[in-house]
Amino acid sequence: MSAPPRTEAVAASREPSARGAGLRRLWAAPRVRWGVLLLAATTAFAFLGGLLAPFDPSQPVGAPYAPPSPGIWLGTDQLGRDVLSRVLHGGAYLAWMAPTSAVLAVAIGAAVGLAAAYWRGWVDTLLMRAMDVVLAFPGILLTLLFVAVFGPLPWLLVTLVVVALVPGVARVIRGAALPVIGREYVQWAKAVGMPSATILRTELLPNVSSPLFVELGVRLMWAVGILASMSFIGYGIQPPAADWGLMVSENRTGLGIQPLAVLAPVVMIVVYTVSGNLIAEGAARVIARTEGRAE
Amino acid sequence: MTATLEVADLTIVRDADEARIVDGLSFALGPGEVLGVVGESGSGKSTVALGLLAFARPGARIAGGRVVIDGVDLLALRGGELRDARRRLAAYVAQDPATALNPALALRTQLLESLDGPPAENLDRIRRVLRTVGLPADDAFLRRKPRQLSGGQQQRIAIAMAVVARPRVIVLDEPTTGLDVSTQAKVLALVKQLCADEGIAAIYVSHDLAVVADVADRVIVMYGGELVELVPTDALLGAPRHPYSRALLAAVPSARERQVLHPIRGRAPGVGERDAGCVFRARCDFATDACLERPPLEAEPGGRLVRCVRADEVQRLTRITRVADRPERPGLVCRPAVLEAEGIDAHYGERQVLFNVSLELEPGRCLAVVGESGSGKSTLSRCLIGLHEQYEGRLRLDGEELPLTARARPAAARRELQYVFQNPFGSLNPRRTVGSSIAAALRLFGSDGRRTGAVVAEALERVEISARLAERYPAELSGGQRQRVAIARALACEPKVLLCDEVTSALDVSVQASVIELLRGLIDEGLAMLFVTHDLAIVRSIADSVVVLSEGHVVERGETAAVLDRPSHPYTQGLLADTLELPALAG
Repeated sequence: MSAPPRTEAVAASREPSARGAGLRRLWAAPRVRWGVLLLAATTAFAFLGGLLAPFDPSQPVGAPYAPPSPGIWLGTDQLGRDVLSRVLHGGAYLAWMAPTSAVLAVAIGAAVGLAAAYWRGWVDTLLMRAMDVVLAFPGILLTLLFVAVFGPLPWLLVTLVVVALVPGVARVIRGAALPVIGREYVQWAKAVGMPSATILRTELLPNVSSPLFVELGVRLMWAVGILASMSFIGYGIQPPAADWGLMVSENRTGLGIQPLAVLAPVVMIVVYTVSGNLIAEGAARVIARTEGRAE
Repeated sequence: MTATLEVADLTIVRDADEARIVDGLSFALGPGEVLGVVGESGSGKSTVALGLLAFARPGARIAGGRVVIDGVDLLALRGGELRDARRRLAAYVAQDPATALNPALALRTQLLESLDGPPAENLDRIRRVLRTVGLPADDAFLRRKPRQLSGGQQQRIAIAMAVVARPRVIVLDEPTTGLDVSTQAKVLALVKQLCADEGIAAIYVSHDLAVVADVADRVIVMYGGELVELVPTDALLGAPRHPYSRALLAAVPSARERQVLHPIRGRAPGVGERDAGCVFRARCDFATDACLERPPLEAEPGGRLVRCVRADEVQRLTRITRVADRPERPGLVCRPAVLEAEGIDAHYGERQVLFNVSLELEPGRCLAVVGESGSGKSTLSRCLIGLHEQYEGRLRLDGEELPLTARARPAAARRELQYVFQNPFGSLNPRRTVGSSIAAALRLFGSDGRRTGAVVAEALERVEISARLAERYPAELSGGQRQRVAIARALACEPKVLLCDEVTSALDVSVQASVIELLRGLIDEGLAMLFVTHDLAIVRSIADSVVVLSEGHVVERGETAAVLDRPSHPYTQGLLADTLELPALAG
């Protein structure tokens, strides 16, 4: 015996946002919009920046740790290479590896989370305990082990990041899907015999799209962080390639003499991370507002 | 009589656009008096309830007026003074006691919270109040946590908490809505007695006219944020003078007489959708050009207030429902049952919830399954549709053996058995348009893709929803519209049997009336229906035969008239005795 519907008056007063529900409402939030624009800008910078580089990123152009001078706007690094050219070149790895790992992690994590929530029982136990095991295993150890065996291959790094991120995504999506599965429209779909795969795709997935978007933003941030740290400890992209994380590591001894060699790549990593943060945070706020209003 | 509570021109607006949620409400209340506030969803009655405590939900703001309790104007106070005045003068009982009580604290702690005298005296007071509300008052009971109590006990604790500090005014917001009729009867008696004994002025907010008629001395009828009629309870029931009050009364089903129900056409205006004219004009049978101007609230003899220019004509009309009794359908013995259930035993984990239940559904007849919460009535309907897993028994559809779970059933059987859920807000996928929800069902049963659009439109027309709404999302529809769409989705599959689980319990009475009439029409067209409900009045208006469930056992069954007129089992008799009825009306 449920309460009379208090939300009815609100619902009836024509919500313009109901159409194209999830994503459109997210895009309407300024934070999300800024985040996406920033992400697009950094990505474009990372891929196309190399074309604008004044020098070859792997050839010395002056003395090591030279301060900025006309033509060499950001000075040189520990081997005398142009910092500006290296920054312009150095985002390419991160710019494809981070989003790829984030998207893969969210896709796999969502599949695992939805399956666990939908079937419950032993499927749930098996999947989620497996996730716990992954979560319990220190990611850094895993990285050291695999990179030591196979070498720092880009696809291996992506795989390692994905493995590290999937359990978190799976947990969140499982949590978001559980209440949806209790809803009557999912019960109805089961009763009329809709195939499970269709229920997952058409009834469940669209109704967890908002948390999914938050996850994408959060996991992008994480992926950037993990990849940059891998480079920093020397298990990521290898010298002499230009890479933001690697540059921080290479030039940190000269921080006192030529701070720009460290600061420039750090700023780029920060901007990249903030874009993910903005998307996640903005999406989370929209969801909180929506849930506060509806049902 | 000096007023305990005096409300003058209380106005509450929506922050976003200053639209009025409650528009200039005024009334006064004496000690020991109970004032009912009735209205449907969106009428602003819950906003009023909170406003009387000088509180507004986030997104709303009290824009003006006075709420004076014992000479203190709550709206003029701020911060600590307001909190102190609230504690001394007013108390609030919320709809859902489970969320109103802190689950982590013992009852003793919660009851003591609002008292500031010496501990021994306080404890004394608590024990006395607990005995008044009919609960044990020993230490063991006081050490209990809320979750160790039943819903009815929790609500009594909430009421005890409200009165323990001797407030002058108590505001009750739908306190019995989630309770069974027998518990409701006890809570209502308790409220009446407490107010009389302790001289508390009470505001009783409810959507249920029968409840308000039982408990209140006077009633405020609210519509679209306005007071449309303020009237002594007897006078409201005997001779409503506002067209809305009259329409509301005509929509209430009766457990005593089988009637055709009269829905109110159209839908209630949302906040910010009101114009300068009479707020009820668009749905009113009496509307004239004079209603284009907002009618004043006329004071009439007997302390009555009515906001209608044609009140005299409204009152002169007799109640229409008296003439339109619905004939009972004779049992069609010649027609074989569509769905037969035999010896259903169902479990939830270790606990058995249904014991050897059998029933038959015949085409063109409606079988009601009645019982209180926990009687297993919803489990029974979930067994029939195949969503409940843990049960045994035999099902036959059209004489053929029917597998127990939905997964094991052939597509034809899944199409012929359809289900409508209780909660209209959850029964449609919010990310699908209405049309797409219906089309999804059709695709499953291999309907011709080119015909889908036409079938969807046809199904919507059958439930009196414009086919244009097929493009809308559920969030754009009202509760009643959503429930109709859910019925349309079932109908599109061309079912032989429709299982309805409390489909009207989340709806307003006027909307409930229209859904009941719709379903009755479908039954008359030859559909077999199982209607699960706790409300005997609805049983009377829709069902041809009835099965009474108590704790998983069928305790009584038979034709509706026979069971409700001459119940043979004590459980049914008790259920009937506790069902509130609008007193018989002159007419």
